[in-house]
Amino acid sequence: MATASLPANRLDLTFAALADPTRRAILQRLMAGEATVMELARPFALSQPAISKHLKVLERAGLISRGRNAQRRPARLETRPLAEANRWIEGYRAHWEGTYQRLDTLLEELKNEEVELGRIHFQGDAS
Amino acid sequence: MKTVGSLHVTLPSEREIALTRIFTAPRHLVYRAYTEPDLVRRWAAGPPGWRFAVCEIDLRVGGAWRWVLEGPGGERMGLGGVYREIVPNERLVSTERFDEAWYEGEALSRVTFSEERGETRLTVTVRYDSEAIRDAVLQSPMAEGMAHGLDQLESALKEL
Repeated sequence: MATASLPANRLDLTFAALADPTRRAILQRLMAGEATVMELARPFALSQPAISKHLKVLERAGLISRGRNAQRRPARLETRPLAEANRWIEGYRAHWEGTYQRLDTLLEELKNEEVELGRIHFQGDAS
Repeated sequence: MKTVGSLHVTLPSEREIALTRIFTAPRHLVYRAYTEPDLVRRWAAGPPGWRFAVCEIDLRVGGAWRWVLEGPGGERMGLGGVYREIVPNERLVSTERFDEAWYEGEALSRVTFSEERGETRLTVTVRYDSEAIRDAVLQSPMAEGMAHGLDQLESALKEL
């Protein structure tokens, strides 16, 4: 298809990296500033090797970079791939958001109808 | 965290697209909006200007659903499938295929409804036959195909 002209591999890596809840939580933590493996391991109750493994996946996807200091190697967030991934699905998201806003309207009407029906039912019971 | 009104799109695997959305309504109403043709007609027709010409739902396992949408210029787009699994107010699993196969093969759609404190979390996961098809769907949302009409879509496909 004509749409294959995207940086598909890069996006695949980005989305695969984002598919894991721990990795998303790590990224969220890094939004507050860079952190070392040790600093990341503590709040997540994970071993340092487990954190290192997640960081490797994130680094390969370009979502983080690691400092050069051999001892600490702090991880920091790289925002460009995230922005790219967002842009890619934005059109799709916008289409469905528009559709679901119509569903919001319909649901409000249905809720009101139920309230009305309940009132009629209640009055019927009372009489 | 208040998430009403914000739609999350994720790609849980190479062949899937998942949508998550919270609605401020009990789930039996969201389920009705998904399964009663008269209600489906009122929200699901796609971009403004499009409407349902046909909306049929045979709500039982093995039963078919069929939609025909009509655009502002009279252009038509048909799609449909077969229900594979039905758990009232909880889960709908069905196949999905477009008449003018603008993507190959058949997709499998799984819709789940879960209620928390009077709000409903809707999750729609669609699995396509391949990663390439999934990506094509994601990049040329139905909105685009419908907004430009099928003629333009067809000529675009011929150029590939």
